[in-house]
Amino acid sequence: MRQYEVTFIVDPVLSDEEIKSTLETYQEMLKNEGCEIVHSEEMGLRQLAYPINRRNSGVYYCIEFKLDSPDFIDKLELSLRRDERVMRFLTVSLNKYGVKYNEDKRNGLIGKKRDDDKEEDKKDKDASASKPTKKVADEKEVLKKVVAAKETLAAVSDEKSQEEE
Amino acid sequence: MASRDDIKFLSNPKIGQKRDKYCRFKRFGIKYIDYKDPDFLLQFVNEQGKLLPRRITGTSLKYQRKIATSVKRARHLAMLPYLTDQLK
Repeated sequence: MRQYEVTFIVDPVLSDEEIKSTLETYQEMLKNEGCEIVHSEEMGLRQLAYPINRRNSGVYYCIEFKLDSPDFIDKLELSLRRDERVMRFLTVSLNKYGVKYNEDKRNGLIGKKRDDDKEEDKKDKDASASKPTKKVADEKEVLKKVVAAKETLAAVSDEKSQEEE
Repeated sequence: MASRDDIKFLSNPKIGQKRDKYCRFKRFGIKYIDYKDPDFLLQFVNEQGKLLPRRITGTSLKYQRKIATSVKRARHLAMLPYLTDQLK
């Protein structure tokens, strides 16, 4: 069983109902085939980078689904091609990293945060984790820890400044 | 932090030095490049919308190939232009 992802652009000139019904028709089509729809996303009205069919914007949709037989992809693409409401489409099969990425994205792990931010968060967590033990520890140890935390912070800021350069 | 030795340099000693290039995908453990994220892909493209070479971005060959495919997919979906001027 493979996981696929189909992204398509719907003509924005159509009425809202028609635009929504396009998504529903393909969702139903997939369901009738007996495949599991993992997620369907409306990415909204976006500006196109270049005009397609004399339109400068389009409504983006993305459906993620699991499918047993790859033959159905041909049928799906044929119907997308025949559909006048759809301006452009792209079907992609996802590997394990793609599946994981999409899951993380849905859970809000990926977005404005990039991976280097995550590392910083980890460091912050470590620093905060060391805080509660301070009360038990001697004053000297506390001082050492504070110095160490400051150094890590300084290192992080150095990294940042390097990146900015 | 003022006690640190680095204050003895009046000018930044790193200016004029070559910065080490590295593959950001390997360093940060990014395994998948999303073709639906044009803002991210914009980093690997020049002002005319052409792919930047590896010698400038420092990307490893494995991920350069993946960047190329996802940029091409983004172009197909009109998220990135095939050709323009003043993209950035």
